[in-house]
Amino acid sequence: MTTKNLEITANAIRQSIIEMLLKAGSGHSAGPLGMADVFTALYFEVLNIEPKKPNWPDRDRLILSCGHICPVLYATLAHRGFFPLSELATLRRLGSPLQGHPHFGELPGVENSSGPLGQGLSQAIGLSLGAAMDAKKWRTYAILSDGEHDEGQTWEAILFAGKNKLHNLTAIVDRNNIQIDGFTENIMPLEPLADKYRAFNWHVLEIDGHNFDEIIGALRHARSVFEKPTVIIAHTIPGKGVDFMENDYHWHGTPPNAEQAHLAIKELRTLRGKITSEHE
Amino acid sequence: MKYLTPLSETHIEVATRDGFGQGLLELGKNNQNVVALTADLTESTRVEAFAKAYPERFIEVGVAEQNMAGIAAGLALGGKIPFMASYAVFSPGRNWDQIRVSICYSDLNVKIVGAHAGLTVGPDGATHQALEDIAITRVLPNMTVIVPADSIEARKATLALANHIGPAYLRLGRSKVSVITSEKTPFEIGKALKLTAGDDVTIFACGVMVATALKAAKQLDGKVSVAVINLHTIKPIDSTAIIESAKATGAIVTAEEHQVAGGMGSAVAEVVAAHHPVPIEFVGVRDTFGESGEPDELLEHYKLGVDDVLAAVEKVMRRKNAR
Repeated sequence: MTTKNLEITANAIRQSIIEMLLKAGSGHSAGPLGMADVFTALYFEVLNIEPKKPNWPDRDRLILSCGHICPVLYATLAHRGFFPLSELATLRRLGSPLQGHPHFGELPGVENSSGPLGQGLSQAIGLSLGAAMDAKKWRTYAILSDGEHDEGQTWEAILFAGKNKLHNLTAIVDRNNIQIDGFTENIMPLEPLADKYRAFNWHVLEIDGHNFDEIIGALRHARSVFEKPTVIIAHTIPGKGVDFMENDYHWHGTPPNAEQAHLAIKELRTLRGKITSEHE
Repeated sequence: MKYLTPLSETHIEVATRDGFGQGLLELGKNNQNVVALTADLTESTRVEAFAKAYPERFIEVGVAEQNMAGIAAGLALGGKIPFMASYAVFSPGRNWDQIRVSICYSDLNVKIVGAHAGLTVGPDGATHQALEDIAITRVLPNMTVIVPADSIEARKATLALANHIGPAYLRLGRSKVSVITSEKTPFEIGKALKLTAGDDVTIFACGVMVATALKAAKQLDGKVSVAVINLHTIKPIDSTAIIESAKATGAIVTAEEHQVAGGMGSAVAEVVAAHHPVPIEFVGVRDTFGESGEPDELLEHYKLGVDDVLAAVEKVMRRKNAR
C-alpha cells in the first residue's frame, strides 16, 4: 500500500472510531485515535495475516495489552475485512462481540482478552515461546500503553523476555505521555524508558508513531534482530487527528458527544482532503 | 463397614505433590504439547523430574507468578498444554487477576498447580498456608477445581487434566499423607467417589480429610452408618451425587483443609440448599489464619482431627433427629 493510501485508511479508521464511541456513549477516545497509524501499518502492511482465515495457524499474532484502546483494534480489523464494518456500531452493546474490553474468541482477529493493565506482554511471551519450541516462523507483536508500565507484571515480563532473547517478539509501546489521572511523568515518571528497556537486554527503537515510513521501517527492522526482543517506542499524540482532543488527558476515557463527534468527523474529513493534495 | 470401591491395602504415606510430579513426568513422555512452568520452586513443586527430562519444554520464570500466569495463557493460545506450578498462596493467590482475565475469561487450557496448600505446610506458618484457594478458584467461570485425596489420585488427576480442555486448578499438599486409594480406585473429573456405604449420615471430604473421614466412619462402625464420599472435584460439582446423598441420609458433614467460608463445604451447601435441604455441619478452618507447627498438631489445633469429624457427625445427627 502506498503511504498515501495508508494515511487515507488510517483516517477512515479514525472516523470509524469517533462514530463507534458516539454510538456507544462510553469508551476511550485518545488512545485509539493516537494509535490508528500504528494499527494501520501493522494490519495493512506488516502482519502476515489472512482476514478470511482468522485462525490460520501460521499467522502473525497481535496481542493487545492495553485493552481499553480496543476501538482502534476493532475498527482496523473491520476495515481490513475480518468482519463487516456494520458491526462496529454494536460496540459495548449487550450481546455484541465488540466488548468494552477485548474478549478472546468473540470476534475474528482478536487474539487475547485484556483490560486490566499489564497482562499482555506476558501473554505475548507465551505465544513467542510456543512458536520457538515448534520452530514456527510466525511472529508475535504486543501493543502496550506507556501507563501500564506502572504495573509490576510488565517489568516481570520485560525481565523474562530479555533473559530469554525472544527475537520473534516485538513490543510496541504507545508513548503518548498520558494516563487517566494526568501526564505519565507527573503520575509515575517512566523516563528514561528506552534506557530501562536497554538495561533489561532489549533492542530499542524510537519512532514517530504517525510517520508510516518510520513505523513500517522499525517493524521490519525488528525482524532482523536475532539477539534480543525488540521494543518500538512509538511517540504518539493522544487524540491525533482531532484538534480539541490532541494531547489532552481528559479525553483518555471519555467519548465525544454528538456535537463533538460532528466536529471531529468534519475535521478528519478535511484532513483527508489534505492527505490527497499533499501526495498529489 | 462396607467399602464400595477398591482402596489401598498398604499403610504408606506419600505427599500429593509427589503424585503430581510422577504424573507430569509421564505426560512429558506421552504428550508433546505438555509444557511446565515454575516460579523458582521447581524442586518443591516436584516439577524437577520433568524439567530434567524435558528441558526444552520447561520454563523457569523466576519469582514472578503474575508473569507465569500470563505466559501460560500465551502458551495455551498457541496450542500448548501448560502446567504452571507454585505454592497455592502465590498461585492462585498472588496472580488471581491474571488467572481471571488472561486464563479463565479466554477459557484457555492452562493447568494451575497449587502446592503446599492447607495447614499441613506446617512450620512455614500462616503466610504459606493457603486456606482460601478453593474459594477463589471455584468462583471463576470456566474453571475446574480438583483436590486429590492422596498421591495416587494426584497422579491420576494430573493425567486426566491433560486430556481435559479448559482451565483447571489442582490443589496439592506438602506433607506426606496416608495413601488411601489404589491404582484400581476409579477417578473421573467431576464424579464424586463413594467410598463407604451408609444410611445415617454422609461425609463429603476432600484432600487429606478423606483419610480422616474414613477413620471417623470406622470408629462409628456399628453405631452410626456413615457414607464417606471423596469429593475430589469441587467444580464442576457432582450435584447428582450430593442430592442423592441428601435424600438417602438426611444429614451431611463436610470436611476440608480450607476455610469453611467459600470452600468445598459451601459448594455442597449451595447444592443441598437449592435441591433438598438437610442439616449440614462443616469441618474446616473457621475464619482464622494458621500458624507454625507440625502438620498433625496443626490439624488437631484447628479442629480438623478425627474427633472433630466425630463431633460434627454427632451434632448433625442430633439436628436430623430433632426435625
